[in-house]
Amino acid sequence: MIKYLLTFLALLGIGYMFFPLVMEFSTPTRLNPLAEAYVSSSVNDLNMPNVVTAIVVSYRGLDTLGEVTVLFLATAGVGFLLRKRNHEAIFRRQGSEILRIGASFLAPLIIVFGVYIFTHGHLSPGGGFQGGVVMASGILLMVLACKEFSFSHNLIHFVESLSGVGYVLMALTGLLLIGFDSFLDPRFLPKGEWLSLFSSGAVPIIYSLIGLKVGSELSSVIDSMQTGGEK
Amino acid sequence: MLVLISGVLLIIIGIWAMLTRKNIIRIIIGFSIVDTGVHMIIVAIGYIKNATAPIIDSAVNTSSDISGAVHVNSLIVDPVPSALVLTAIVIGLAVTALLLSFAIRLYKVSGSLNIDDYEELKW
Repeated sequence: MIKYLLTFLALLGIGYMFFPLVMEFSTPTRLNPLAEAYVSSSVNDLNMPNVVTAIVVSYRGLDTLGEVTVLFLATAGVGFLLRKRNHEAIFRRQGSEILRIGASFLAPLIIVFGVYIFTHGHLSPGGGFQGGVVMASGILLMVLACKEFSFSHNLIHFVESLSGVGYVLMALTGLLLIGFDSFLDPRFLPKGEWLSLFSSGAVPIIYSLIGLKVGSELSSVIDSMQTGGEK
Repeated sequence: MLVLISGVLLIIIGIWAMLTRKNIIRIIIGFSIVDTGVHMIIVAIGYIKNATAPIIDSAVNTSSDISGAVHVNSLIVDPVPSALVLTAIVIGLAVTALLLSFAIRLYKVSGSLNIDDYEELKW
């Protein structure tokens, strides 16, 4: 009984904490100056239509680097917690023929769609994180549908390390080519034509590397969860 | 406004689930609901009335001045909260995966998913 009371009090306290936010909130009718500056320099400086990508990859690129690190740490934690040893095999029935063939037909298309999403991250809604997750969902489909499906761990780890190193190298290239205050500046490559695939500097390359890294990390999470219970 | 209130409600529901449920999987689902509520609140704060997505394409009215600089005339949503939520969703996914693998590990070691069976951390 006292436990329910305490829970109720805690929930009431949280509701009280959010009360001023909800009560004093009014939807703004125009952008604040910071967002204005981001929008105008994304269009004029970087030549990039997608302002969210401009913020994620360029202006707040250091945060994204940290985020990729957090993702890597979480993946490493999953791999550490579910590492394989002396598991007894769990019986798993073979999927039906329709399921297996349908999944093997769809999985490459899903992966190509993921690649499309992260290479067009600077032009349309999407980007490295979304594209990486779509790629990993293709891998998940194959793992669920086909009993004997397995992919090379060395390849996944190689792609992951390569894209991580590539990301940092791109950041350092900006530092070397432009000046000492331009870590993660994508403007060392030409701006390109408005709304074309190779435009807005190094952003497509950086976002593709992020996409590959996220996709391979999530695939290795799926793989550890898959093989964690059986051998 | 409606999105903001639903976000707050989701946070409260999620914390209720985390505090009262006994099954570890349900506690993780509660965490996931809190996560979604936080995202909804951040997105609602960045919303601007009658604005479109922050992607400058043909749907957005622009004009350029003599020096060639482009000005955006129509209203667009604040892009900073969108970028924050983009980051937060991925981190939430990774943290959920980590929590679930803790749950798998606990189940393998002790054979139980009931939080009451783990008394070592109780005070």
